Amino acid sequence: MKLLPKLFFIIWLLDINFSTNAQDMNALIEKIKMKLNTVNEYVAEGKMKTDIAFIKAPIGKIKVLYKKPNFFQLKRENGISILPKGGVSMNISSIMAINNFIALYAGETIIDGNKVKIVKLLPTNENSDIVLTTLFIDEPNLLIKKAITTTNENGTYEISFTYGKYANYGLPNKVIFKFNTKDYKMPKGITLEFDDGDKPNAEQKLKSKKGKVELTYSSYIINKGLF
Amino acid sequence: MWKLFQIELYKIFKRRRTYIAFIAIAALIAVVQLGLKVDGKEYAAFVMADLSNTLQISGNIINGYFVCYVILQLLLVHVPLLIALIAADMISGESNMGTLRLLLTKPISRTEFLLAKFFASTVYTVSLLVWMAILALFVSMWLFGTDDMFLLKNNYAVQIENADIFWRYIGAFCFAALAMTTVASLGFFLSQFSENSIGPIVATMSIIIICTILSTMSIPIFNIIKPYLFTTHMVAWKEFFDLKVNDANITIKGSIQHPEKIIQSATILLVHIVALITATIYFFNKKDILS
Repeated sequence: MKLLPKLFFIIWLLDINFSTNAQDMNALIEKIKMKLNTVNEYVAEGKMKTDIAFIKAPIGKIKVLYKKPNFFQLKRENGISILPKGGVSMNISSIMAINNFIALYAGETIIDGNKVKIVKLLPTNENSDIVLTTLFIDEPNLLIKKAITTTNENGTYEISFTYGKYANYGLPNKVIFKFNTKDYKMPKGITLEFDDGDKPNAEQKLKSKKGKVELTYSSYIINKGLF
Repeated sequence: MWKLFQIELYKIFKRRRTYIAFIAIAALIAVVQLGLKVDGKEYAAFVMADLSNTLQISGNIINGYFVCYVILQLLLVHVPLLIALIAADMISGESNMGTLRLLLTKPISRTEFLLAKFFASTVYTVSLLVWMAILALFVSMWLFGTDDMFLLKNNYAVQIENADIFWRYIGAFCFAALAMTTVASLGFFLSQFSENSIGPIVATMSIIIICTILSTMSIPIFNIIKPYLFTTHMVAWKEFFDLKVNDANITIKGSIQHPEKIIQSATILLVHIVALITATIYFFNKKDILS
């Protein structure tokens, strides 16, 4: 019978630990949000590289417009842009735009030689398209290094951020967006290509399951009221 | 021979039926352009439906370059029939009118006579393609504007930058001219065996239709003969619109995925032209002209 109070004590301790962690993570998320809130709007220029096995595309110049709270537009200058569905607004602010969530501490890991905290965000709103977001946070610098988001509609996508001289604003120099793609096969009646053409080999088929879009920003104009 | 060539050209362009082909092409292109102008977005959504599941493709997809590609895909299958109307009539038409024997009493060799006629029908073929280029490419560029080209192949899609497209069309039209000249040679070859125009025209059309069907059917038994059919090589103009990629899967500007296919197909078509014209000269020189 002496065992029961001990068990209750352990459960109580775990509960305190869990609550403290959750509070810590909420505080950390709020700190990052505050840092990002210093950016009211920005215009960024850069290049976009699309790497999807079944698409042959050139590198394109892009222009990105952002305005608080959630306006984000990515335009390819003079050309057609190919972006993963649902990941069009691939920016940190959109990831952090979730308001009602539970933040859970899920350990630590190393990314690019930096120790990062793993935080899982669970939306409390049942109608949210986002099921789960896992953030890899560089706590000392208040930077999100990686985010993995699982959605109802558009599957799971992974966004990696690399920072440079705009790290003070929490804005990345490079964004790599990885997502799952489905097999691509067009009926000959639509393409009117009646020859067999090039068939993807086994390696390409394997690769075709993953798509990657890489944005490299060359410049940001921040809080200048340009639009 | 130059004089003879000029006379043949005059005869071709004096006939009203020569312009049927020009009117037919203009009408067909106008129909496609009207359809895409009115319902281009729906067409793009239909074509891109498979890709739209995972990707969001934005920009002026239905632009002039894309429209021209669609038109060429549709029309270059049918233009041979219009070329056959003239080419297959070149010798048989003279026989039918009873002017062939009269013409050959002139102090010219039969070979010169044939070559003048063949070059005149080639001019007609090329002018038909130039007409097609004006309407399908330049009018489409004016109507729909220009942008990158996004083309769907059976196993992949290709995006070609705006600045990298025009020269490809020049190449494609030059190749199409070669392909259509092959058709003209076939019609011309068959033309000598008949004393009325209907037979060679229908025979040329039938051969083109049968060969096109054999070229497009993916049945193993036909795959053996496919490489020898000129219709298989007539569609190699599309190779101009496929690019090489580097190790990072980025397209290389100004490249062609399979230039060897273009060269091979062009050579085969050229061999067809030379063989058919040589055969025409051979048989015609041995022919007893009675009409």
